[in-house]
Amino acid sequence: MFQLLYNFTGDAIISTIVVALIPLTIILIYALFAIWLERKVSAHMQDRLGPMRTGWHGWLQTIADMIKMIQKEDTIAAEADKKLFNIAPVLVFTGSFAAYAAIPFSSALIGSEIEVGLFYIVAISSLVVAGILMAGWASNNKYSLLGAMRSAAQIVSYEIPTALVVLTMVMYTGTFSLAKISEMQTAYFWNWNIFGGPEFGITKFLLIPFMIVAALIMFISTLAEVNRTPFDIPEAESELVAGYFTEYSGMKWGMFMLAEYANMLAVSAVVSILFFGGYQSPFGYLGNLFNIKWLIPFEQIFWFLLKGLILVFVQMWLRWTLPRLRVDQLMTVCWKYLIPYAVANLIFVGIISLL
Amino acid sequence: MKEYLKNTWQAIYTVLVGMKITFKHLFTPAVTIQYPDVKIPLPERVRNRLYVNIDDCIGCDQCSRACPVSCIEIETVKALPGENLGVTSNGKKKALWVTKFTIDFAKCCYCQLCVFPCPTNCIYMTNVYEFSEYDRRDLIYNFSNLTEEEAAEKKANYEKFLAEKEAQKAAASKTQE
Repeated sequence: MFQLLYNFTGDAIISTIVVALIPLTIILIYALFAIWLERKVSAHMQDRLGPMRTGWHGWLQTIADMIKMIQKEDTIAAEADKKLFNIAPVLVFTGSFAAYAAIPFSSALIGSEIEVGLFYIVAISSLVVAGILMAGWASNNKYSLLGAMRSAAQIVSYEIPTALVVLTMVMYTGTFSLAKISEMQTAYFWNWNIFGGPEFGITKFLLIPFMIVAALIMFISTLAEVNRTPFDIPEAESELVAGYFTEYSGMKWGMFMLAEYANMLAVSAVVSILFFGGYQSPFGYLGNLFNIKWLIPFEQIFWFLLKGLILVFVQMWLRWTLPRLRVDQLMTVCWKYLIPYAVANLIFVGIISLL
Repeated sequence: MKEYLKNTWQAIYTVLVGMKITFKHLFTPAVTIQYPDVKIPLPERVRNRLYVNIDDCIGCDQCSRACPVSCIEIETVKALPGENLGVTSNGKKKALWVTKFTIDFAKCCYCQLCVFPCPTNCIYMTNVYEFSEYDRRDLIYNFSNLTEEEAAEKKANYEKFLAEKEAQKAAASKTQE
């Protein structure tokens, strides 16, 4: 994408800005949609209707809320550490937005085709922890600090099963590049990694159960990393008000919200790239069928966003199904269950791929 | 080890059971209604805001006396002999100007005790229950159909009539002496 624009405009800065703006636009539009979707999903799961008054079934509600948030006074508590307090929401959003640099939206739209894309995402998403800790500490509020501490403990713990599953997949595919991993799972859905990958043979069928376990662990641990229910003890609205962003108001609070939803899509994207073929269509492309080559990247964006949104929907679905875990239960799930399973899975997948 | 695997299986299984239930609820119709647009039909004998049909009111003050919280205030002036105030819908002759008829809904306890004694059925409960105000004074509803000037005029007229009568009486007693 960058190369294409660079050849077209001949200006590195303009093409960089354009390449960076595309995911940003996608995230902003997605966030507007996702917040509305979350409210509608939660409402309908509780047999309510949710927002209904702004636009058709309240689809303008998020925009109305944005306007409200922009108008709000930007308060900073007197005892807060002003510098850190102001940097924290920016850092959190930067962390979640930076992850999109390496995510391939389609074969033609990748921010940066780095070879260590997966590693980069795992590393850069940890920046969010720093932002959260910063927000909690700078607020000078005991609930914020508690939330930040819990968040740090949780995210650091759940990085381990995530990393182990990522390791499994890297070992299986032999590459860190997200574009290459997506490329490998081309053509039909039985070539997806969750169905044992593109190679047809006895190993494919042996791999299926292990891949399902890996996908499950990956989904659960990434769910915990984005602080969503049932792993939302850092936010825990019923015990900690809003956790680390209790003291924030207006657009700074909005940035935390945006970062949360951007993170949800980012981890869903990683899960879908690793296990569900990324931007690959499950049934082949219309572009190939009618011989229109330029249509394929657009179809890929559609499939990519569809898979991402389905996983985001599952995250919302889980949020309104399960109650919050206690701190000790949270740690038990991670250290006693997810990590042993992830290690065992790593070994089994290793043995099978040696066959 | 067996316990461990059982726990794992149970965790996954119970989460799936829960998800199935919430998924079903995703498609059940909402039990809530869009309140200001749609309203639940009220019960038949519901007690809400009072209304006074002042054309039928004879100013008998019975509702005011029945009121346990004294939220109804009525002031009346007797009609002059020549004046015809008309009749109520059930044939009672009106003999009093109702110069003041206010109900303070901030005080009203919606007991309906004022409704029963009314001889002309002019005070009754309506279906209106959304009448909140920003100012407590706005909850005092005035039902009298006379303006302040008219009320003052009636009062003055009656006082004049009384004074004239008094003067006549005095004159009559003087002549008797």
